[in-house]
Amino acid sequence: MATISFTANIQRHVTCPDESVSGGTVAELLEDYFARHPRARGYVLDDQGALRHHMNIYVDGEALRDRVRQSDAVAPDAELHVFQALSGG
Amino acid sequence: MARHLWVGTRKGLFRFDEAEDGAWRIGATAFLGDPVTAILPFAGGRRVLAALDHGHFGCKMQLSEDGGASWNESAAPAYPPKPDDEVDLDPFRKTPVPWTTKLIWTLEAGHPAHPDEAWCGTIPGGLFRSPDRGESWELVRSLWDHPKRKLWVGGGADLAGIHSVVFDPRRADRVLVGVSCGGVWRTDDRGETWEQTAHGMRSDYAPPELAHVPDSQDVHRLSVCRGAPDRIWAQHHNGIFRSDDAGASWNEIEGVRPSVFGFPVVAHPERPDTAWFVPAVKDEKRYPVDGRLVVNRTDDAGKTFTALGEGLPAEHAYDLVYRHALDVAADGETLALGSTTGNLWVGLDGGARFVSLSSTLPPIYALRFA
Repeated sequence: MATISFTANIQRHVTCPDESVSGGTVAELLEDYFARHPRARGYVLDDQGALRHHMNIYVDGEALRDRVRQSDAVAPDAELHVFQALSGG
Repeated sequence: MARHLWVGTRKGLFRFDEAEDGAWRIGATAFLGDPVTAILPFAGGRRVLAALDHGHFGCKMQLSEDGGASWNESAAPAYPPKPDDEVDLDPFRKTPVPWTTKLIWTLEAGHPAHPDEAWCGTIPGGLFRSPDRGESWELVRSLWDHPKRKLWVGGGADLAGIHSVVFDPRRADRVLVGVSCGGVWRTDDRGETWEQTAHGMRSDYAPPELAHVPDSQDVHRLSVCRGAPDRIWAQHHNGIFRSDDAGASWNEIEGVRPSVFGFPVVAHPERPDTAWFVPAVKDEKRYPVDGRLVVNRTDDAGKTFTALGEGLPAEHAYDLVYRHALDVAADGETLALGSTTGNLWVGLDGGARFVSLSSTLPPIYALRFA
């Protein structure tokens, strides 16, 4: 199965444990995860389901290509990392 | 009952409590380090709603049921799915308007006849209504889907937004909203239909043929006199306007010193001819005229203004007071004033003198008496 892990910065708002997830695309992996952790969805995706502007998802070391629908196909044992660009002040 | 003052800042929420000796001290803090963009303490209870902007993670809502001692995340206003064939372009940039909450800009409790309601104005221009005092939100489609909504443009922000929601105590079916930039919109049927009512407003920075077009008006803030609700005051990018007919039309107030430019306005709760403003250098510089911070008060419906400065810095002040950072308490005598420099003052006797509560807060976005 694929695995998904989240930035430490998100954990102070909503607990997002590393987990195994199933699906053929990034969108399906995220849906699988959000079904168990519904509060996490709004922190990663915007109102239209697109990846939030300052968020990033890496799939086996490659940046997500389809930030709108997350349709990127993934290998059965893919490793996803969800993190944010650090900015602010 | 002891009074409280809620202060939302770039780095957290602060509750100041008034002691018996009249001093105000911080009694509670929350969300330290996080931007708090709007705050709504509900009347007569312990419920408080706070809007947070987490940047990367989006805009969120937090609810307290115990006066700010503890908080839980509640539903944030969210836009419905944007149809694939929807053409919704920003009129200036010709880029798609995002149907997603970019900023929770203002929160208001409902009309007294609808005590369970709350209202929320957002960027990019959606008005949301809550039927359960902030536990859930629904976009007011009648305004969002109005064809003229697509004429709205950003003022200081990249996208248009709703910053003011005001009610008419005499009519539970009437709601007015102020839009930057998009004029004033009024419903008299609880949001079934909406009408543009910025008639009489003027933008001297716009091309001459657009100067009086209601849909292009950059209203900065609206405030109604609850005791005489035909009187509504508007601080506008171009100046100060006064309505004598519940917002159906507007009269320009000219010649205001030291400046007619600013962001906030609060109306006296009972006296329609009294309102307070915070003037600043027009228009992109935005600091107090000559570095002297004053609050401008009129007591004669805008014929004359008194610049109130006792207790405020008289030189080298570069404080800007945002549109939600000026409030008057229910007594009509006690003001609160918070600035981008992190200064917080309480004004006594209608602003005759100001007392500093802090000079070291983060930049202040919004404040409210409770």
